[in-house]
Amino acid sequence: MKFLCIDCDEQMSFGERQLPGDGTLAAVFRCPACGREVAMLTNPMETQVVSSLGIKIGGREVPEQPLELVRSSLDGGLDEALAEPPETSVTSPGSSPVAWSEAATGRLEAVPSFVRGMVKRIYTDYAKEHGIHEITPEIMDRARTDLGLEGM
Amino acid sequence: MRRIRTYGDLEGPDRSGLGEQLALQRRRVDRRMKAVGVVLGVASGKGGVGKSFVAAALASALARGKGSAGLLDADLNGPTAPSLLGLPRRSLSVTNDGVVPPVDSAGLRVFSTDLLLEDGEPLRWRGPAAEGSPWLGSLEKGAFREFLSDVSWAKLDVLVVDLPPGAQRLVELAELVPKRSRVIGVTIPTSASKAAVARSLRAAGDRGLPIAGIVENMSGYACEGCGAVGPLHPGDAGDALARELDLPLLARIPFDAAAAACAERGDMKGVLASRAGREIAALAERLGREGSP
Repeated sequence: MKFLCIDCDEQMSFGERQLPGDGTLAAVFRCPACGREVAMLTNPMETQVVSSLGIKIGGREVPEQPLELVRSSLDGGLDEALAEPPETSVTSPGSSPVAWSEAATGRLEAVPSFVRGMVKRIYTDYAKEHGIHEITPEIMDRARTDLGLEGM
Repeated sequence: MRRIRTYGDLEGPDRSGLGEQLALQRRRVDRRMKAVGVVLGVASGKGGVGKSFVAAALASALARGKGSAGLLDADLNGPTAPSLLGLPRRSLSVTNDGVVPPVDSAGLRVFSTDLLLEDGEPLRWRGPAAEGSPWLGSLEKGAFREFLSDVSWAKLDVLVVDLPPGAQRLVELAELVPKRSRVIGVTIPTSASKAAVARSLRAAGDRGLPIAGIVENMSGYACEGCGAVGPLHPGDAGDALARELDLPLLARIPFDAAAAACAERGDMKGVLASRAGREIAALAERLGREGSP
């Protein structure tokens, strides 16, 4: 998908992506010549049709996790079905290179346990890549938008 | 009318990267399947022919033979492989290489949606339900793809894939693993089963999937007392399909109450020792000799 600024006859460049959490998506494109911005807004069905292909709208920022599509899409998976490696299990601040604040841990606990290990791994990798030592809810929001993690 | 430049006219990158992401998914399947000698799809075209039983027993016989084997239960909505093989429930490790599948006592590596679901719970996907969930087919295909690419199958001589009724997953197998896949068609003797299996196998042939042959299941009833095989279903679908499609009839497996009882309690060793199981073991040997697995 490409966006063209008709007035300038210039291809618009990707600006940002937002996932409000209601299944919709906003992707902003900007004209490099005149600066005009447009937002592409997809409804939940459109977002789901693309994500059911295992595709990240706006491009993939982190490598695909094992069974990522299944884990992020299955409703009511068996809690103890999958065990993440110990180093990515939930840790308290100070016991890991990347710590989780109490509020962030609380938010992570709200994620279904079937998919929690994968979500934690993705956020932890994001923090490491960005030199972040403590994951907070704000960092989670930023990562979610940056990485296009709909439903996580 | 003004002319608006087309997609192809614009030389800048496509931000969605959709084509690249799909190609990457395909490469993940290729990488994993390189360690697998043959992917053997077990298809029937219709339910109720005992295909999952045949697939599980065949995979178990192959694992007990000279080679290494795996079993992928691709019937996402009606998974049965873990219970047929008597696999206990336990957490599966997720490593950087993928999800480590359970291994049964014969060394058979197994994966199934049953391992991910609560006992008795149906497969449910999250997503908007409006307009009949048109995304469902893509999601199930994606799950099948991930089961091929993201499970640590290790080096296998054969990966048996228990395909659900219908031709859809068979077509997906042809698309995802085109070079290593073979198919066997399982039918019962009836004409209705024959027609459904013929349809599925023709769909496989249309996609260039080699068909190893036909297996006729419930081909008579094996007497528990004397072992003699008497009539069960009317028809001769196994022979008829073999003739019509110019394929070998690989095995006739009688219905065997002893085998059914063993399968019910997850005793695959007992299944393979039964009258029906011996036919399946002979089928495994034959496929091995002929190079299908």
